[in-house]
Amino acid sequence: MKLFTALLARDLRLAIRHGSDSLAALLFFVLTAALFPLAIGPAPETLGRLAPGIVWVCAFLAALLPIDRLFGADFEDGSLDQLLLSGLPPAAIALAKAVSHWLVTGLPLLLVSAPLASMLRMPSTGLLALLLGLLPGTMVLSLLGMTGAAIVLGARRGAILLPILILPLATPVLIFGAAAPEAAMSGLSVRPHLLLELALLLASLSLSPLAAGAALRHAAD
Amino acid sequence: MLNAMDVAAFRGERLVFEAVSFSVPAGGALLLSGPNGSGKSTLLRILAGLKAPDAGTVSWNGAGAFDDRIAHARRVTYVGHQDAIKLGLTLAENLRFGVGDQCIGAALEAMNLAPLSDLPARMLSAGQRRRLALARLALSRAPLWLLDEPTVGLDAGSVDRLGSLFSRHTDRGGVIVAATHLPLPLAGPAELRLR
Repeated sequence: MKLFTALLARDLRLAIRHGSDSLAALLFFVLTAALFPLAIGPAPETLGRLAPGIVWVCAFLAALLPIDRLFGADFEDGSLDQLLLSGLPPAAIALAKAVSHWLVTGLPLLLVSAPLASMLRMPSTGLLALLLGLLPGTMVLSLLGMTGAAIVLGARRGAILLPILILPLATPVLIFGAAAPEAAMSGLSVRPHLLLELALLLASLSLSPLAAGAALRHAAD
Repeated sequence: MLNAMDVAAFRGERLVFEAVSFSVPAGGALLLSGPNGSGKSTLLRILAGLKAPDAGTVSWNGAGAFDDRIAHARRVTYVGHQDAIKLGLTLAENLRFGVGDQCIGAALEAMNLAPLSDLPARMLSAGQRRRLALARLALSRAPLWLLDEPTVGLDAGSVDRLGSLFSRHTDRGGVIVAATHLPLPLAGPAELRLR
């Protein structure tokens, strides 16, 4: 546990030192979302209906932006070998990386989503459902992204392979996550959508560190 | 003590070495020599448990070394040919990973890096980075040290400092296995030549 928090603290410190990398994902999120009113016109009723989907898709892509560096830097400078020999199980290393990715990328995306959604004229009735869906949703993305990053480690063109690998796996999160504010805006219950999001979170929380841990061992071999 | 029996390794389709057997007693040291590409680094990675041997067995104190890979990782300190240094962190922060601050000061002192403790690692020269990587040995309580070309890029003074770390380790009953082309400051090491 002590080593787990030490690894997390080290990754967070590195993320703060290289602040521009983390900020890039956030700016990418805001800028892509800001392109939509320009492309489809500023009519509030059209934009408002599309807003949940726009926010979700943009958050999705922005979260994947920094993910190939998650293990890439450690792999190239030999730190991954040291981590594997630190006495931490590989699954714990993988989980620490997912947690640090969420804290550095997922959480800021979540915080920016609310003002962004209002900017896209999303009715305020759906706002809470959007954020409640994004909370587990961004966590699942961090876990899946981390797993993908571990699997493509050492492969040539890994950065291109990565979205091809992760995006299909992450579609359920997108479907239920975007459906929740949709339901709230039309006066339906958001509960089933959010529960399904939570179920996806629990499934990926238990499976993806194990898969990623095995992939890390293989990458070092 | 470390024992290897008939170890073989492939790199892709190519057989790097086979039938490598040796035994290093507690407090002993083994030098791996041989031309480039003869598998010195590969053998070290196998001994560290990073790579699985394609044949043969490795045992530590009589029990299979890789039966519990986490336990094996805890008894190994590995300094590979990459320095594993984060350029954005200071020297002290690079070493701080589950160890106390006072140990870090002593470890930096052991490789004569203490005055640079708060500098970011990107300011270091190649030789200084090597010394920082080797300062991990001063922090290590693991009984098995695996070193890949430890003295490349080091000045004579640093090699001497490394020598005193080595003798402290072997005096405590630790085992050293090092791949090298250069003479190392070790007292009476055994030698294994790979072809």
